[in-house]
Amino acid sequence: MLALENVTKSFNGPKGKVTALDGVSLTLRAGEMLVISGPSGCGKSTLLLTAAGMLRPDSGNVRLLEQYDPYRLPADERCRLRAGSVGFVFQQFHLIPYLTVLENILTPLLSRPGEDAQRRARALVDRLGLQERTDHVPAQLSTGERQRTALARALLHRPKIIFADEPTGNLDEENAGIVIEHLCNFVSAGGGVLLVTHHAKAAEHANRALKMKKGRIQKN
Amino acid sequence: MNILSLVVKEILHRKFSFALGVAATLIATASVIGAIVLLRTHDLRTAAILHAKEAELLERMDKLQDDTRKSMLKLGFNLVILPEDQNLADWYANDYSTKYMPESYAERLAESDIVSIRHILPSLQQKIPWPERKRTIILVGTRGEVPNAHLSPQKPMVQPVPSGNVILGYELHRSMDIGTGDRIRIMGKTFTVRDCYSERGNKDDITAWIDLKEAQELLGKPGRINAILALECLCTGNSLPAIREEVAAILPGTQVIEQESRAVARAEARTQVALEAQTTLQQEQQAREILRGERERMAQALVPVVFLACALWIALTGYGNVRSRREEIGILRAMGVSAKRIFMLFIWKHVFIGVPGGILGLVAGGAAGLLMAGGGADIPVDFFSPLSFWLAMAALAVAGATLLAVVAGWLPAMIASGQDPAEVLREE
Repeated sequence: MLALENVTKSFNGPKGKVTALDGVSLTLRAGEMLVISGPSGCGKSTLLLTAAGMLRPDSGNVRLLEQYDPYRLPADERCRLRAGSVGFVFQQFHLIPYLTVLENILTPLLSRPGEDAQRRARALVDRLGLQERTDHVPAQLSTGERQRTALARALLHRPKIIFADEPTGNLDEENAGIVIEHLCNFVSAGGGVLLVTHHAKAAEHANRALKMKKGRIQKN
Repeated sequence: MNILSLVVKEILHRKFSFALGVAATLIATASVIGAIVLLRTHDLRTAAILHAKEAELLERMDKLQDDTRKSMLKLGFNLVILPEDQNLADWYANDYSTKYMPESYAERLAESDIVSIRHILPSLQQKIPWPERKRTIILVGTRGEVPNAHLSPQKPMVQPVPSGNVILGYELHRSMDIGTGDRIRIMGKTFTVRDCYSERGNKDDITAWIDLKEAQELLGKPGRINAILALECLCTGNSLPAIREEVAAILPGTQVIEQESRAVARAEARTQVALEAQTTLQQEQQAREILRGERERMAQALVPVVFLACALWIALTGYGNVRSRREEIGILRAMGVSAKRIFMLFIWKHVFIGVPGGILGLVAGGAAGLLMAGGGADIPVDFFSPLSFWLAMAALAVAGATLLAVVAGWLPAMIASGQDPAEVLREE
């Protein structure tokens, strides 16, 4: 489903060159949740964005959804690839502030129309316990509701893989449990989840867990 | 969920930013439409003013024409019928004819069917030495008016001088201290002074009027006269040739000339008034043209500045909008929304800014142009017509405003679409 091979990525920082990924290799299979944990600034988010086809690595190979390197695809093709098969969940939710819960869940339609999107959105609302909040805008939601909305949005197009960046970082234990439970359900249904977090506890639900430090994978 | 609904929802969410954009397009559109409407209203008002002044002029001219016609009826032209062989240069120099014609010409003229000549006064006049007083006078023999057989009786303009009487001009009676009722001798014949005229300031002041027959006897010209005065003729200056022909047919061997009259003066005054009115009209037209030039130059200088300032304003507002939507752009791009669609998202927003801005700008520009053209709320008659003009203005306003908004929003839209989602998401 996903394979990274000896991927490196560095940035020019104020104090010179910063190596975010230093020869990272990993694989993610269908029906698997891979958790990568590590301290802040160790390169987890860079790894996630690079794996998702959004941040071109300096070297190494990325294979997403059995495709060849997404970075060899034209930009529009890469967008289509993400629109059809990839979902994102971020720590900061990234909901659109002027759209209601239901409208936010439906925003993937902007990139890829879906015939029964409305019905599926309603189903996700029910499944994630957002029935009473469909007409509310993000500012009127609790953090847990916001993350559940973001999760519903990621699940709308039935992606094959979800990239989750600290999805429970801002949540209380109960809401964190709900999010993890739904990610686990997604994995059970055959999806793949690459979850990066600095909470080692999140690894409890993972099929596999990796640790990262200074841009390198530490331990399988 | 589609791009247009997202645009509408975003506009409703950021109303102030949207209102700023609309205000900018409104001002830009109003400046262009206002300039066009200003100049057009100016032209309409100029046409109306000139038309009103022309109408006023025509009315004055008509009134003057009417007055002239009335005064012509009342005063008429004064004609003098002279013997044909009278040299006019001599006549003008001496003011009396040295050639003679039969006195019967006056009767013939009166008995003819000529209607344009009314008061007929045959006379014999000559400059003579007054031997008894040792001075030169003009002796005029007159018999008063010869009644016109074909016209209704009129009050005679000049009374005849009874035989044995004399009427003296001012200078004659004053210098010689002669009064009414005195008896004086002229060329050996005694006359009673019937009247003494007051000062006229012309040759009448040295003239003595006596009965025509007595004048003919004194001057040795029995049955002869040297002029027939035709007063208050029913004619205008340009019909003189026709009268000449008429008179020539009745009185062969005569010539007709016109003596200056008040009616002529009035006709001249009328022409003068017409000329002055034309000059005033031209001056008004020139003043309006100068004002138009000034307004055109002002518009030419002001409109591009306003337009550019508004374009910059829209661009900056658009850029601000992109900045405030970085996170939104980032997540949409992450979800697979293409850069092209992000670009269109912002372009559509500028279309939504341009259309209402154009419509409001049309109304505001139209009103501003009307007010700036002067006259307050006084709307020129043809202001709303033709309809095609306003349709063209509406098309220009809406299309122009939309184009302005889209062009000004092009760069912000490019920036938005070129935004790297990974960079945004990493920053967040």
